Amino acid sequence: MATIVEPTIFELSSPGRTGVTMPASDVPEVALPPKEMLRSELPLPELAEVDVVRHYVKLSKFNYSVDDGFYPLGSCTMKYNPKINEDTCRLPGYLFTHPLQPIETVQGNLALMFELQEWLKEISGFAGVTLQPAAGAHGEFTGVLMMSAYHKLRGDTKRTKMLIPDAAHGTNPASVGMLGYSVVTIPSDARGNVDLKALEAACDDTVAGMMLTNPNTLGMFDEHIEDVIKLVHDCGGLMYGDGANLNALLGIVRPGDLGFDVMHFNLHKTFSVPHGGGGPGSGPVGVSQRLVDFLPSPLVGVLEEGDDETAPLYGFVTPENSIGRMKAFHGHFGGGLVRAYTYIVMHGPDGLKDISQYAVLNANYLQARLRDTYHIPFDRICMHEFVAEGQFPGSDVRALDISKRLMDYKFHPPTNYFPLIVHEALMIEPTETENKDTLDRFADALIKIADEAKTQPELLHNAPSTTPFGRMDEVKAARELVLCCWLPENYEELA
Amino acid sequence: MNTPSNLKYTKSDEWFDPATGAVGLSDYAQSQLSDIVFVEILVDEGEEVEAGKPIASVESVKASSEIYAPAAGKVSAVNRELSDAPETLNSDPFGAGWMIKIEGGTTGEVMDAAAYEAYCTGREH
Amino acid sequence: MTYIPISPKERDAMLETVGVKSLDDLFEAVPAKHRFPNLDLPPALTEMEAAARLADMASSNENVRDHLISFLGAGAYNHYIPSVVDHMLRRGEFYTAYTPYQPEISQGTLQAIFEYQSLMTNLTGMEVSNASHYDGATATAEAVNLAYAQFRGKRKKIVMSPTVHPQYREVIRTYSQGMGLEEAGDDPNVDLEAGPESLMALVDDQTMLVVVQYPDFFGRIYDYTKLIEDAHAKGALVCIVANPTALLMLKTPASMGADVVVGEAQPFGIPLWYGGPYLGFFTTKKSYVHKMAGRLVGETVDARGQRSYVLTLTAREQHIKRERATSNICTNQGLLALAAAVYMSTLGKTGLQQVANLCYQKAHYAANELSKIDGFGMCFTQPFFHEFVLCCPKPASEVNQYLLDNGILGGYDLGKDYPSLKDHLLIAVTEMNTKDEIDTLVEILKEMK
Repeated sequence: MATIVEPTIFELSSPGRTGVTMPASDVPEVALPPKEMLRSELPLPELAEVDVVRHYVKLSKFNYSVDDGFYPLGSCTMKYNPKINEDTCRLPGYLFTHPLQPIETVQGNLALMFELQEWLKEISGFAGVTLQPAAGAHGEFTGVLMMSAYHKLRGDTKRTKMLIPDAAHGTNPASVGMLGYSVVTIPSDARGNVDLKALEAACDDTVAGMMLTNPNTLGMFDEHIEDVIKLVHDCGGLMYGDGANLNALLGIVRPGDLGFDVMHFNLHKTFSVPHGGGGPGSGPVGVSQRLVDFLPSPLVGVLEEGDDETAPLYGFVTPENSIGRMKAFHGHFGGGLVRAYTYIVMHGPDGLKDISQYAVLNANYLQARLRDTYHIPFDRICMHEFVAEGQFPGSDVRALDISKRLMDYKFHPPTNYFPLIVHEALMIEPTETENKDTLDRFADALIKIADEAKTQPELLHNAPSTTPFGRMDEVKAARELVLCCWLPENYEELA
Repeated sequence: MNTPSNLKYTKSDEWFDPATGAVGLSDYAQSQLSDIVFVEILVDEGEEVEAGKPIASVESVKASSEIYAPAAGKVSAVNRELSDAPETLNSDPFGAGWMIKIEGGTTGEVMDAAAYEAYCTGREH
Repeated sequence: MTYIPISPKERDAMLETVGVKSLDDLFEAVPAKHRFPNLDLPPALTEMEAAARLADMASSNENVRDHLISFLGAGAYNHYIPSVVDHMLRRGEFYTAYTPYQPEISQGTLQAIFEYQSLMTNLTGMEVSNASHYDGATATAEAVNLAYAQFRGKRKKIVMSPTVHPQYREVIRTYSQGMGLEEAGDDPNVDLEAGPESLMALVDDQTMLVVVQYPDFFGRIYDYTKLIEDAHAKGALVCIVANPTALLMLKTPASMGADVVVGEAQPFGIPLWYGGPYLGFFTTKKSYVHKMAGRLVGETVDARGQRSYVLTLTAREQHIKRERATSNICTNQGLLALAAAVYMSTLGKTGLQQVANLCYQKAHYAANELSKIDGFGMCFTQPFFHEFVLCCPKPASEVNQYLLDNGILGGYDLGKDYPSLKDHLLIAVTEMNTKDEIDTLVEILKEMK
């Protein structure tokens, strides 16, 4: 039997125990529906409030988070999440408004959404923005739907292919697959750019478009980005930008100016919305002029212009050729949009540029500190992240071992095994919210680990040893598939 | 690496037994995928398959792979036991791990055991 | 530079290590003519100013706690959230962590999700729950993806009841644009009093999925056992979109034979928040687990023999299966799954049963009292849970405006989605509505001319 470190909420349950209870009914009682329409039992836990609090506080202590320390997870932009955001998004005016309220009663919400749409347009250089998508992948799907609708409306039905570089995030091909496009993989060249010759060969009138992350997952800004976009546009394709790496570009360059037609923003990366242990995120999408009419419905617009005396009346509008609705209601308003709005309003144009400049400085500084110890296959000035190889000649130590060993030094590991085009990849994104001391401690730890890999490799193979849990048996999990738990079998007897 | 000499092999790592029409995943491929946890056969008995078309999908803890028909013909048998015991593909890839049988098949691009071994060795680096 | 902890001196030292002279020199790969645009944005505010500005905008809304008595539901419900819930969500260890890719240092998130999955399977009676989807509407669309993958695209028809939430049906239509599906049943002009069995006329041997709602969009409770039996006889799967509060009282969808049970878990500890973020739950049978999208947590042991949890069956997902994956989804609503778990644990079996009972009792009191007013009446006779359709003597939009003028947020105007229901309001009542509030609603409507 495995040792139980913390019982589940079901195991902690005790028959008859109560937590928060509800007031007695203040209305005359009516009969319940007939018995055959009711459930016979409700097998849910019974605990007191203090039991619940101690349980979840204990669980929280098993986690490593940005509030605990450095979290250089590549392409995830694990920056510090400002505490003021947690207060603004919980203001009663936001918490207690119903999504279907008449627009006259929620002008504060609509003004916030309208302004945020305008600001994201200005930051990215796009002509239109929808705030509806719930996450980056959802935004991607939205973007690809618009690209498809654009070609379809023009009667251009032979475009069945989407070009995707070999360094792309896995969501790109999956989004494309949801619309039945076939994927054509475009290789990278020796400097980490899109291979222009291969791209040129792939561009023809069957191409619906290209999905490109720039800077790409190697952390490289494509040195021929304008040529790439021109090739795709010249064959009639549309250019999709994966905005996962936008933290490198605020006030540096606007994707819309470069010629991108559509891009999703990850408000939970670039604009400080916390990741929440896997969500909720928020993935607004910006588009160039030719896709504006295809945006999902509804958007926030001005229904009646205001003047010096009166504020404008904001409301919802549906674009002419809209692809439709991506989710119920209006997007991740409270948890996503209010936090991002707070963040942007506190930065202004200069502050946004600072973010990207320091994110890029921090990445280049770490790259410079590690260059002599770890092989960096695409070694030039990087953007907000870079990729090192987590392996050494003649050693059986792998990127995974290095990552696990970093936990013993109280750091979160970098992203492992991605992008796929680098062997044993360690993808490192420090973000702008780390100071030089932290970066130095992290570099020192990685240099020490490289030495341990030579002298005491078992330290790495057996790592982590100082965390509350060790390495997991993933095969057992997948073979046995224990996916939920229940109240103990003798629970009724306990009562 | 085990490569029985009576079988033919494809570049996408299927084996084909010309004598019985049986198709499976090579020992090399199962070891690359490591612990296989899911197998789905995508064709039914009586169905006509073309060489190179997907006939099954396999998922391990870390990877996923499509299995392609090494020959064209009619599916005469499907190994239904695999869905409850996908680990058979790891433990007995050339025996109980057969996936389907193709009848009257014309093989697509296949190679013999020696050529396949050389092909696999070449991919190690 | 509120959040950038680097002094000018440190910056200069770092630039020197990198080997460039200035921050701007780091961006030479960016085309010069587009480099460093001037962004036309308002100048930065300090924290104090930003807090005031956000508070000012928030206070220009009329909210259902301080200003309006609400009888509005239609997919988002005003329930009491125990204080504990937000205290747990505010722990930085939970909300500032990423997806639990490194299980050794993510057991808090992983065990919490495992418990969430367990709470949802015990609630619905189903065998498997994933770690959640964006919301109820997208969870329903993912049920379509599951069915499509299960039949490998060989069946291409879905039958949707017109009494599934209109926005959920819209989302399914958006999602399925690339699949070439035939969609039947999604017609707001049909006889809305016909029972669920009437859908069977549309189900044939090409049908992959039948979608119904429980209670339906009008609040009505139907037993779908017969429909499911008949749909199964045609080889189709059945998805039930369920309200989790109603499930605390009503027969489980699993006991009716449902293949997939999804829904919106916002009622479980998540604020109205003007529509999001919410929590889509997704539960199914074990035999469909490989076709299910989304994250999944399973139990295992670690190298020290301790029971622990990991993300499992990840080879189904987009980062490995790429264009062959069922869906491109890569996140769940982790923090909100935690909210639902804490909500369910804190109220526990007793508190949850009280919530369901209060919703039921108060909704029925409201329905009885409203029906007594001249010109008003119940539209349907079918049993209901906490939402019902009220027939009004004039267009619902006029009734709602009158209510709003009197500080009441009325029901959902059904005429927007169902042409035959122009004079009908969908009224929701929860434990938050006191008898006084209900009586006020009745009095005001009595006075309406």
